Amino acid sequence: MNPESLARSLAQHPFCKDLTQAQVEFLAGCAKNARYDAGEYLVREGSLADALFLVRSGSVAIESHIPGRGSVKVDTLGPGDIIGWSVLLPPFRWHLDARALAATVVFCLDANCLRGKVQADHSFGYAFTLQLLAAASQRLTHARLQQLDVYKAELR
Amino acid sequence: MDIWLLPRARLGELIATLRARGYDVVAPTPRDGAIVYDTIESDADLPIGLGDEQSPGRYRMVARGDAAVFGYAVGPTSFKRNFHVPTERLYRVERVGGALRFVPEPVAARKVALLGARGCDLVALRSLDRVLQGDRYRDERYAARRSDVVLIAVHCGTPSASCFCTSMGTGPRASGPWDLALTELTTGQHRFIVETGSAMGLTLVRELGLRAAGTLDKIHAAKVPIAAAESITRRLETDALGARLAQNLDHPRFAKVAERCLACTNCTQVCPTCFCTTVEDHTELDGSAAERHRRWDSCFDLEFSYIHGGPVRPSVRARYRQWLTHKLSSWHEQFGSSGCVGCGRCITWCPAGIDITEEAREVGSPRKAEKTT
Amino acid sequence: MTDALLLESMAIVRVRRETSDTFTFDLDARPRGGFRFAPGQFNMLYAFGLGEVPISISGDPLKPAVLTHTIRAVGPTTRALEALKKGDPVGVRGPFGTPWPVDQALGKDVIVVAGGIGLAPLRPAIYSMLSRRQVFGKLCIAYGARTPADILYDKEIEKWRGRIDVDLEVTVDRGDPDWRGHTGVVTGLLRRFELDAERTVAMLCGPEVMMRFAARELESLGVPAACIYLSMERNMKCGVGSCGHCQLGPSFVCKDGPVYPLTKVEPLMSVREL
Repeated sequence: MNPESLARSLAQHPFCKDLTQAQVEFLAGCAKNARYDAGEYLVREGSLADALFLVRSGSVAIESHIPGRGSVKVDTLGPGDIIGWSVLLPPFRWHLDARALAATVVFCLDANCLRGKVQADHSFGYAFTLQLLAAASQRLTHARLQQLDVYKAELR
Repeated sequence: MDIWLLPRARLGELIATLRARGYDVVAPTPRDGAIVYDTIESDADLPIGLGDEQSPGRYRMVARGDAAVFGYAVGPTSFKRNFHVPTERLYRVERVGGALRFVPEPVAARKVALLGARGCDLVALRSLDRVLQGDRYRDERYAARRSDVVLIAVHCGTPSASCFCTSMGTGPRASGPWDLALTELTTGQHRFIVETGSAMGLTLVRELGLRAAGTLDKIHAAKVPIAAAESITRRLETDALGARLAQNLDHPRFAKVAERCLACTNCTQVCPTCFCTTVEDHTELDGSAAERHRRWDSCFDLEFSYIHGGPVRPSVRARYRQWLTHKLSSWHEQFGSSGCVGCGRCITWCPAGIDITEEAREVGSPRKAEKTT
Repeated sequence: MTDALLLESMAIVRVRRETSDTFTFDLDARPRGGFRFAPGQFNMLYAFGLGEVPISISGDPLKPAVLTHTIRAVGPTTRALEALKKGDPVGVRGPFGTPWPVDQALGKDVIVVAGGIGLAPLRPAIYSMLSRRQVFGKLCIAYGARTPADILYDKEIEKWRGRIDVDLEVTVDRGDPDWRGHTGVVTGLLRRFELDAERTVAMLCGPEVMMRFAARELESLGVPAACIYLSMERNMKCGVGSCGHCQLGPSFVCKDGPVYPLTKVEPLMSVREL
């Protein structure tokens, strides 16, 4: 894919909806397309956070491996979601596993490239971080609701 | 409307006439140190020469030092219990073949004459009528008991210190409809000035052969509820009260009153408009039949708001708020009037002396709400 | 004389186990000439000698010969109902309450958001819409359950999922190693549907906190608050607004609800212990 069409399709992703066209083009400089088959890991807990993923299609499970219980899913993500805000936060390590549940297509944003751009252009950095924060906030809200265990039966 | 004179000596005849027509006469009568409403047989059962002293958390029946028969305010009972009865069996449930058979308990319909009904209690009865038989669904058991009732009001001359009917627009003069309304005059010859408000009322007057009241008596009688109104000091500002309360549901005053409220349910028991009920089930020991009983319930009970998982209103704060705002705010939206008639019973019979007018004033005062929240 | 408190006896013709604590029974409505109701309405069910519980009707409104309820056994009465078998009698009175706005959704997109046993009161609305599928826009169903084992009507869900004219997503709060579907809360699914938000009617049923979150998410997606409907739960005892138990602010959930537009209940939901 040439850079212009990559920027065009990147602009379609909900993560970019509040970025200017120039900012999306700037961001596209770090982006490439990637595809994962069902069962393939996008990231592994503890390994280096080297990319941020914007999911375009498919389904990705966020998991943690618990000895004796196997891989426990805590969330599943799909089109429009992002994976990997650890890319901006030292020590740049993944906290959880991300595994494709079905054939999954993502934009893969290189971590070093991103960090460089965020440093170089603070107004871009602000817009980008705000998007990241919005996604993080929504994810946290959902996690809190999940923690409430609202469907649990209270026996009398 | 003609106005008649009933000498005190002939009050018994009015009662006898009603009884002869098949009416149970329910009237004030002294019992266990309080003046309650119950069936009476003659005027001798009335609280002759008795009065009451009431204040927040306090009730005393006292000798008046005269022979007045309606010389007190309202006691712990109201007419609610005659129609919306405290407890009743609704059905017997039997197993017949492979099915359940629900056998309704018949309602013993009786003709009732309410003698000595104060303005506040008559408005309360109309309020109950609206809730239980004026809604989309009607409570047939209530309707059956309420179907043949003669109302003989008394224009109140002796409000208590708990009363605030003037604020609620329910007294001391009893607004209609009633069949007869009496005003008691004890100076000079002990007598009642009688107004008729219906064909039934007129029939009773004719049957007794009452003569018309004199002009002076009419003037004396008209002054009685006016003087009573002037003696009432308890006030509740009702202007936009419903909306003011609804806007202050998180007012800190509710937490404060909850420190005093015992959630004892006294206020809901004595309130003439509180209508909440619950149904209880009983099974015969051999399991062959069961019964369903309905009884008065109270929003102060923890169980009242139970849904699976727990009560919706675990705190006394929330339960007091439910009661207060239902009476004074949501009742308007539900039934088009206030649920409070200003009878003051909840104030007198609260063991902690909580005063609904004071609580409503605090919660409904936006200025204070802003300061404290 | 009509007596809203009078129960009638109906016989169980079929019992199905849905999950470890939830079951469905069909009652034979033929002897009484069928049982007509609107999707979203509930009945009071009576277990001999123990009392009544409000249970939403979960069957097909176009099949009035059977009256279906899905019940979660959480208290003495529901546990007694759970113990009943085919042929046993149950006391029934109803139907009570307001329906889902199915007719208001004609020509619009519809999103059904269910949590836990909240799918049961929504199923009649789904049946009703599927019976005349072409008069609605998109039909989206988002369902959240606690674990894969808690999913209601799983065979039916697979059938709906297989339809080209239904978008359905199921998620669980806690997956297990065999679970291949979504994990996470049902609100997280809502963004995935491609709805014409301004012309969408939403029907929500589940735990109150789940509905609050889902309603907020739908509003942020652009669904008008007046088009978001919720089914509320309070202690319904009489069904006709005369026992006083189910009050939610000025409204009686049994007769003014259980289905309300968000505009009506939003201010009340934010008050604690109301």
